Amino acid sequence: MSQFLSPRLNSFQGRLASLNWLLVALITSISLIGVMMLYSVADGFEPWSIRHLTRLIFGLAFMITVAILDIKFWFRIAYFVYVIGLLALLSVEFLGDQMMGAKRWLDLGLVTIQPSEPMRVGLMLALARYYHNLPFENISRPQWLALPLLMIIVPAFLIFKQPDLGTSVLFSLTGVSVLFLAGLSWRYFFAGGLALIPAGWITWTMLLDYQKKRVLTFLDPNTDPLGSGYHILQSKIAIGSGGLTGKGFMQGTQSNLNFLPEKHTDFIFTMYAEEMGLFGALILLVMYLIILLMGYLIATQARSVFARILAMSISVSFFIYLFVNVAMVIGLLPVVGVPLPLMSYGGTSMITVMFGMGLLLNVQVNRYTELSVK
Amino acid sequence: MYSYEPDTQIFSRRAMIMGVGQLGLFGLLAARLQYLQVTQADQYGILAENNRVNIGLIAPLRGRILDRYGQEIATNRPNFQVVMIPEQTKDPIETLRVLEKLVPISPSRRKRLLRDIPRSRGFVPFTVAENLEWEQFAAINLNLPHLPGVEPQVGKLRYYPQDDIFSHMVGYVGRPDGRDLRRDDPLLKVPGFRIGKSGVEKQFDDKLRGSAGSRRVEVNNVGRVIRELARNPGAQGADLTMSMDSALQNEAISLLGEQSGSVVMMDVNSGEVLTIASAPTFNPNQFTVGLSQREWDGLLDDQRKPLINKAIAGQYAPGSTVKMLIAIAGLEEKVITPEEKIVCEGQYELGGDTFHCWEHEGHGLMNMHHAITNSCDVYFYELARRLGIDPIERVAKKFGLGRPSIPGAFGEKKGLIPGRDWKRANLDAAWQTGETLIAGIGQGYMLVTPIQLAVMTARLANGGKAVTPQLLMNLQNASNTNDDPVSVDANGAESNDIQVDPAHLKLMHKAMKSVVNDPDGTAFGSRFNLSGVASAGKTGTVQVRRISKDERESGIIPNEELDWHLRDHALFVGFAPVKNPKYSVAVVVEHGGSGSKVAAPIAQKLLKMALERDRQPLKIKTTSAAKFNKMKKNTAGTA
Repeated sequence: MSQFLSPRLNSFQGRLASLNWLLVALITSISLIGVMMLYSVADGFEPWSIRHLTRLIFGLAFMITVAILDIKFWFRIAYFVYVIGLLALLSVEFLGDQMMGAKRWLDLGLVTIQPSEPMRVGLMLALARYYHNLPFENISRPQWLALPLLMIIVPAFLIFKQPDLGTSVLFSLTGVSVLFLAGLSWRYFFAGGLALIPAGWITWTMLLDYQKKRVLTFLDPNTDPLGSGYHILQSKIAIGSGGLTGKGFMQGTQSNLNFLPEKHTDFIFTMYAEEMGLFGALILLVMYLIILLMGYLIATQARSVFARILAMSISVSFFIYLFVNVAMVIGLLPVVGVPLPLMSYGGTSMITVMFGMGLLLNVQVNRYTELSVK
Repeated sequence: MYSYEPDTQIFSRRAMIMGVGQLGLFGLLAARLQYLQVTQADQYGILAENNRVNIGLIAPLRGRILDRYGQEIATNRPNFQVVMIPEQTKDPIETLRVLEKLVPISPSRRKRLLRDIPRSRGFVPFTVAENLEWEQFAAINLNLPHLPGVEPQVGKLRYYPQDDIFSHMVGYVGRPDGRDLRRDDPLLKVPGFRIGKSGVEKQFDDKLRGSAGSRRVEVNNVGRVIRELARNPGAQGADLTMSMDSALQNEAISLLGEQSGSVVMMDVNSGEVLTIASAPTFNPNQFTVGLSQREWDGLLDDQRKPLINKAIAGQYAPGSTVKMLIAIAGLEEKVITPEEKIVCEGQYELGGDTFHCWEHEGHGLMNMHHAITNSCDVYFYELARRLGIDPIERVAKKFGLGRPSIPGAFGEKKGLIPGRDWKRANLDAAWQTGETLIAGIGQGYMLVTPIQLAVMTARLANGGKAVTPQLLMNLQNASNTNDDPVSVDANGAESNDIQVDPAHLKLMHKAMKSVVNDPDGTAFGSRFNLSGVASAGKTGTVQVRRISKDERESGIIPNEELDWHLRDHALFVGFAPVKNPKYSVAVVVEHGGSGSKVAAPIAQKLLKMALERDRQPLKIKTTSAAKFNKMKKNTAGTA
């Protein structure tokens, strides 16, 4: 086995040197664009821009730390991370702080975090390890499917109960995509798709009024331009009025005059597209696309099942968040509280993304590492 | 190798599916962005601009109204207001309590403020008090350091420095009401904007109003003004110089006093109206500030009708003031000569009906001159009978009766000159000779307004020129230079001449001179002689009730013993000087009694004053508007 190991991976510097620095540069660049936009939002570094920058610096350090640890370490603690995440979710249920009518936050003294976000990484670690250990021929057997489904559904339900429908759906979607990557038979996906119809109806009856309203106004935002449709409409106005080249940095009238909601978090892309125009928006999307492309390459080059499933599912999860956020602000999807990775202001999101990207880089560094089945 | 293992193969395929799926979804995002930012960019650009920019209108300063010598009739005075911006105060309700000690706040406004302030967005200013006295305003200014969020402001309010003397003709301004607001002028919706509600203020509102200025301001999502982007101050309204003379107008109002009536005096050549007064009057300043229900009811319920502009909207039988026209008709139709004498025995018989002369004893033999001087009714019954109604109608219309004198004037009535066609159309009956006789002494269906009487007299005096009343100096000048035809005669042809034989007019002048200056004339008592210059005129006493046969036999009840509304109207028309006439005047005192005793003295005093003013250099007293201007400077100093 060791002949496959590149000797330089034995040293700290060697591991650092073998990092995909282009990926690191892209992550840093996008985050710095976020810092810039947060500066524009607040017309200054305070209160968001400077803290986003600080978090970026700590986040990068965290990411690199995650990346240069031995992949065996992550393999070993995969289930442990998942259980810690589950416990955190449960503690939110009982100890969490109410914020904006929802219990999502856990006060850890120094930082308050939303456990539902890093839980996603825990799920991916745990599922990757599960399928690493599972013989290929067992993957589509129902008795071997029960546990992974439970691993997805239990936290998804806890998140849904917070209540946070959007995160819960995206969490489940991440889980399902891991099942897909692991090689689960197509039949399950067809059956699941069919089952989604009654399940959707049941979920609808369990939704709270504001959640129902969000979905309804998404379907026709013009019915209530000053009510629930306001956010979508104002966001579309901002983006559309940006035009090809945008209004210029700090010149966005929609965002600077407060017509935009949540512009430092979920609607930061709107602000960016208003000020930088279609060109700016496409450049940003291409930068994201390159990250995803690298994630794909890293995953397909990885030797172990654990590594490739982990890498690809992190990449997919990153994409899901990115896509849902952008689609939401341009009026293609209902308004769900989903941050734009790297750009939206928020400590939890930053930790989660950096954790995921750290693991992706880790897989890249350890792409030749063989992992035994345990 | 790995790539041939089934799980690796499946993974690669599925990762590829996902990658392609992601690429497709990226394409979707890009397409949507292209649609929003290119295809629909213009539309969203407009929406963003609409979000961002509010256009506020700035009300233009209303033009002033001046008298012929430049004295202000209507102007704009500072309106001292106190405005509070709740978010800048420490506690808006407490601030209100402090303000209450300094300025009066009406209970209704107080209630409204207490209700609205807690519900409002903090930056919306509230007007706490307005129309303050200077002292109260100064007190607020003095206390400003202790009153954060309180702003003294100086707005503009229409002000009539001469109070009530011009109120009917000049009118007043008020808030636009529902009907005004339906006209799609956004200026009308500017808070505090006033439009002309009556009189000249309404008639010439377009000129006085000016054009609105505008300010474009950038606002944020809750409407708070972030900054001003552009400002167009607009144009203030044009000043109007009226033909009226404040001194004469003031004199007319005081001569009318408590009586109900009106006075019109005009230049017989130019048509400039020097005086157009109606009494009792009202103070238009009360209308701009707002009238209480009790004050309003008081004006409405007064039987003397203070709100009616009697000079143009009061319609009366002309009585004997029309006799000159009957005489001219007689001469034109050649049914009588000036010398022919008709005997008056106090009454006139026609088809079994008896028509009475005001002189029960009879005037004896009367020629035309004496018939006018003595205002003999029998003479004119006979003359009218010979004429028939048609020539009377024709001549009356030539002299401007029966149609509006000032087209477009607010509330003007056109009077009525009856004729065969009119009676057929309106009463569906044939004309009766008895009605012709009544028309011969200006009673019956015939109705005139005081302004028409003044026009009639002016046309008698000026040698038959078709003069029309002019209210504005500037417009009048314009029409002179354009040499516009001033009237339209009965055939529709335009003419400046009403086609009256100057010899006939000369006879009338002579008779009217005798009315005032001869001892047997009906207005001898009120004659004047201003170093050889005298006046001419004709009295009229118009009966407003039927006198029964019994009453005639037992003696007619004198006016003083009748209820006010049954008493005769007192009329007088006149002009001066007799040679080269300059001014004509018409006076109507409703239920005033005799024309010679009540109306003639008012007319004569005004004519005399007008002639005297022509001889003296003018002194224009300073108006109270100047006082306000001084106060404005003080305000600027403290604010």
